[in-house]
Amino acid sequence: MNMQNSFQSGVVANLPVSLSVAAYGGVLGVLAAQKGLTGLELLAMNLMVFAGSAQFVIVEMWTRSLPIFEITLAVLAVNMRYLLIGASLKPVFSGQPLRRKLYIMHFVADENWAVTMAAHRKGKATIWFLFGGGLCLITFWCAGTLSGHGLGSFIQNPETYAMDFAFIAVFTALAVSLWRGKQDLLPWIIAAGLAVATEKLIPGKWYIITGGVGGALISAIQHTRTGDEAK
Amino acid sequence: MTISSGQALICIAMAAAVTYALRAGGLLLSEKIPDTGRLKSFMDALPGTILLSLVAPGILSAGFWGILASVAVVICVRKTGNLFLSMMIGVLIVAVQRNVL
Repeated sequence: MNMQNSFQSGVVANLPVSLSVAAYGGVLGVLAAQKGLTGLELLAMNLMVFAGSAQFVIVEMWTRSLPIFEITLAVLAVNMRYLLIGASLKPVFSGQPLRRKLYIMHFVADENWAVTMAAHRKGKATIWFLFGGGLCLITFWCAGTLSGHGLGSFIQNPETYAMDFAFIAVFTALAVSLWRGKQDLLPWIIAAGLAVATEKLIPGKWYIITGGVGGALISAIQHTRTGDEAK
Repeated sequence: MTISSGQALICIAMAAAVTYALRAGGLLLSEKIPDTGRLKSFMDALPGTILLSLVAPGILSAGFWGILASVAVVICVRKTGNLFLSMMIGVLIVAVQRNVL
């Protein structure tokens, strides 16, 4: 597939999830307006940080004497998963020049990463597919957050429409396409168990790290075992 | 009292720098490690285990109906391969339960 087709299919593949991203952004916009962020500051944050859960944390911590150091630390903790997400994109970026890696990585969010990894399993993922998805998301993200900011309280109770569940639903559907077969059973059970336990015990987003790393470690251990049997 | 725009910008820039360092750092570091053997198994399993870890606590905290909705999503995406339809079915089940039941 050429660059333009690949870019377009990346945009199209991310449209469904972009709609829920916009709705979720609307909620952030409302909160940001209440906390006194200007529309311009919100836009700058969307374009520069471009990470939903981290932006919620920033807005939540936004007070008169801005705790810049604490906010930076909190963002580091919430976004630690991007180390793993970045690492998992290695095969998609293989052979690409450094300059492309550096600018496209800025446009990697949970959603287009997940859509790209699912496409990668079918051999359809390229960096342009990933980039198209990223631009689609950032556009909807800006539109959603800025509408929320402008309209103030247009989404009163997002829970009523179950928009919070839209993320879970779409990530669950994407997880199905990442399932590789029986070899994944134990790693996935461990990942889910660790994530649920961590989420109960440690505040923040650490559950994504413990579950992700723990489950993948099981896969590495299984590899050693089957390797030994083969010998 | 308002926050000075300079301060706000520094705060946003710091958050952006940390986030970008993690994104680019993850990719660049992964290229330094060999992709053979156990490490390859680890890296290959990672997308699935991260995605599952992202959703598992949320599904459980949505309770019985959250689990039911997720099962419906899994069945739908396996049968149809349609991401948007599967998402809507999951959302619909939870929305109906929250508003009707």
